[in-house]
Amino acid sequence: MSLLTDLLNLNLSATTEKVIAEYIWIGGSGMDLRSKARTLSGPVSDPSKLPKWNYDGSSTGQAPGEDSEVILYPQAIFRDPFRRGNNILVMCDTYTPAGDPIPTNKRAAAAKIFSHPDVVAEVPWYGIEQEYTLLQKDVKWPIGWPLGGFPGPQGPYYCAAGADKAFGRDIVDSHYKACLYAGINISGINGEVMPGQWEFQVGPSVGISAGDELWAARYILERITEIAGVVLSFDPKPIQGDWNGAGAHTNYSTKSMRNDGGYEVIKKAIEKLGLRHKEHISAYGEGNERRLTGRHETADINTFLWGVANRGASIRVGRDTEQAGKGYFEDRRPASNMDPYVVTSMIADTTILWKP
Amino acid sequence: MAQILAPSTQWQMRISKPSTNASPMTAKMWGSLLLKQNKKGATRSSSKFRVLALKSDNSTVNRIEDLLNLDVTPFTDKIIAEYIWIGGSGIDLRSKSRTISKPVEHPSELPKWNYDGSSTGQAPGEDSEVILYPQAIFKDPFRGGNNILVICDTYTPAGEPIPTNKRARAAEVFSDKKVTDEVPWFGIEQEYTLLQTNVKWPLGWPVGGYPGPQGPYYCAAGADKSFGRDISDAHYKACLYAGINISGTNGEVMPGQWEYQVGPSVGIEAGDHIWCSRYILERITEQAGVVLTLDPKPIEGDWNGAGCHTNYSTKSMREDGGYEVIKKAILNLSLRHKEHISAYGEGNERRLTGKHETASINTFSWGVANRGCSIRVGRETEKQGKGYLEDRRPASNMDPYVVTSLLAETTVLWEPTLEAEALAAQKLALNV
Repeated sequence: MSLLTDLLNLNLSATTEKVIAEYIWIGGSGMDLRSKARTLSGPVSDPSKLPKWNYDGSSTGQAPGEDSEVILYPQAIFRDPFRRGNNILVMCDTYTPAGDPIPTNKRAAAAKIFSHPDVVAEVPWYGIEQEYTLLQKDVKWPIGWPLGGFPGPQGPYYCAAGADKAFGRDIVDSHYKACLYAGINISGINGEVMPGQWEFQVGPSVGISAGDELWAARYILERITEIAGVVLSFDPKPIQGDWNGAGAHTNYSTKSMRNDGGYEVIKKAIEKLGLRHKEHISAYGEGNERRLTGRHETADINTFLWGVANRGASIRVGRDTEQAGKGYFEDRRPASNMDPYVVTSMIADTTILWKP
Repeated sequence: MAQILAPSTQWQMRISKPSTNASPMTAKMWGSLLLKQNKKGATRSSSKFRVLALKSDNSTVNRIEDLLNLDVTPFTDKIIAEYIWIGGSGIDLRSKSRTISKPVEHPSELPKWNYDGSSTGQAPGEDSEVILYPQAIFKDPFRGGNNILVICDTYTPAGEPIPTNKRARAAEVFSDKKVTDEVPWFGIEQEYTLLQTNVKWPLGWPVGGYPGPQGPYYCAAGADKSFGRDISDAHYKACLYAGINISGTNGEVMPGQWEYQVGPSVGIEAGDHIWCSRYILERITEQAGVVLTLDPKPIEGDWNGAGCHTNYSTKSMREDGGYEVIKKAILNLSLRHKEHISAYGEGNERRLTGKHETASINTFSWGVANRGCSIRVGRETEKQGKGYLEDRRPASNMDPYVVTSLLAETTVLWEPTLEAEALAAQKLALNV
């Protein structure tokens, strides 16, 4: 056992310039993360200097067997918290050999929106609150929950400590440090209302990097739960009944919203979002209708409602934003399994580019 | 031989090697708490402290430990601040963390924050934000480095303390000039009981039965007399590391019950230090797979309850002639017995029976070296003519902000009528 640990933690920088780069991409379901590693001749800090690569798309539902190569374009680099040293994680997106984004590649379209001059000028900031549930490995039941039964009802678990109230803190805490190490803009964590459910927040990130950072954080979380022998679920309503679902509330602001008079800009933006409620909802995650019921701190999926400090609304504006007359707002509709490239670019599109 | 049972569904770290890191708690050998007990009958063979991960003793577990103990200071100035507050029941602790751009020295450098009060019984869903004001900083013994724990209190967005916020009123009392002049010192003796996780029965007690009667357990050692020492010891060092003024610890009369003391602390600090030490204790018991209870009478019958005796002195009491000041203070306290009792913890009537080293809840009494009294004065204090008094009435689940400020208020700010004073003096045989 000690030999394996020694090898895993071997510090290569003493013996070689080579570094290991873990190329990460999103698979055919739009939610499954895939990765594989390759050796680079020396340290790299600029994604454009990394070589393109390819993988077997027929094994991830993204290409037919007779023409299976999908090309990986490196887009963002993070330090590897598992291999450490000069080794890196690389967020990629996926293209045909001809250079077109494949259908599951949502980043490409988002990048277009985020490079539109009107959007660039508004410097859109995102803070994403990723909720997730931890399940026991051999049964699809949350950790800490008795098999064949339920824990006591919700109430004592939110932000709590104690062996009867907090299940899996080591995963959350190690994820926090791993993300800080990696260079991800992780801004906080907390235990959630349903026992075995947790949340971390990434942001404020500008434009496309919100999506890159959130996907990298999801990858690191999946690697950590793998080590811990626990199953990670981004299902928006893992347990039916009087148990909270899991969301990915997206906080958003533009330069105009952050400056004086921003509150009016915010109200206009919310109006526009209200006019495109159906389009947004259809892009906010599979299975969201099981979660957005109007109960458990959600707004009903068919209703568009906004309010100050109102957690039962689709859009919530904080009291300090109302008071200061400027700030940001929170879109509470996205599910935990949303694609951040889609959600962030759609919010920017609707509020900045779209004319009703 | 007592057998300690740990739940197998609990996700916990089983640390298989001692860490060389000084600070982070996760490196401690939790295994020693449970695994070194002699197993009598192999009913629960290897389920003692199982992590869900460890079906195989696989070195991959150490990689989580590496991440938990990761020192990020070479890579970033950022620190993690764990904001801690008291929830809707007045005794439930809640916390969440945020990243701060660089290390801070003083709570005033930290931003206010907010949380979902509708999830803690402190706000309605349509107007759910409760604001957190940072009040005291401690070093984080779990994350190490420059990371911190922050004790906060809770306000409406308009800036009013919410009803469960007891610190705000205490802070007012402690900033009254008469009180600051008296430099009130507090030494709080926090008792607590450890329970097994899957049954609400004390640690080390046989499930479905009782241990031998009280007698051998107080301050004892031995596998049949002391249950959970690792928690008490780890807590001691963690608090010292954090900067909490912890002054001692001991095993209590009831097996599975422990005590630690915090003090002497001046004014509002006593409350901040006790609440932070309670939070650290809850985090440690969480890791150990054991349930912490601050219930004042966890087991009915011939078993001690759990209190939070509060030792108290003012400058006048500590100086020559202080003993007279102490007696006057006791007089004042005797005239406000009901007010104090109602603020000294829920369920205290189950504990203050007049037996098991308590005074009955309806009686006010005092005495030198008398543990069956409401107020006890030490022999040293009597001899020297100055010192401090011990209020033995508060329950283990008391709010230290309330108790400490009430003591200061009753003895320094409040004045009884002359007739009431004379009557009470007679009743208590106090020549003041």
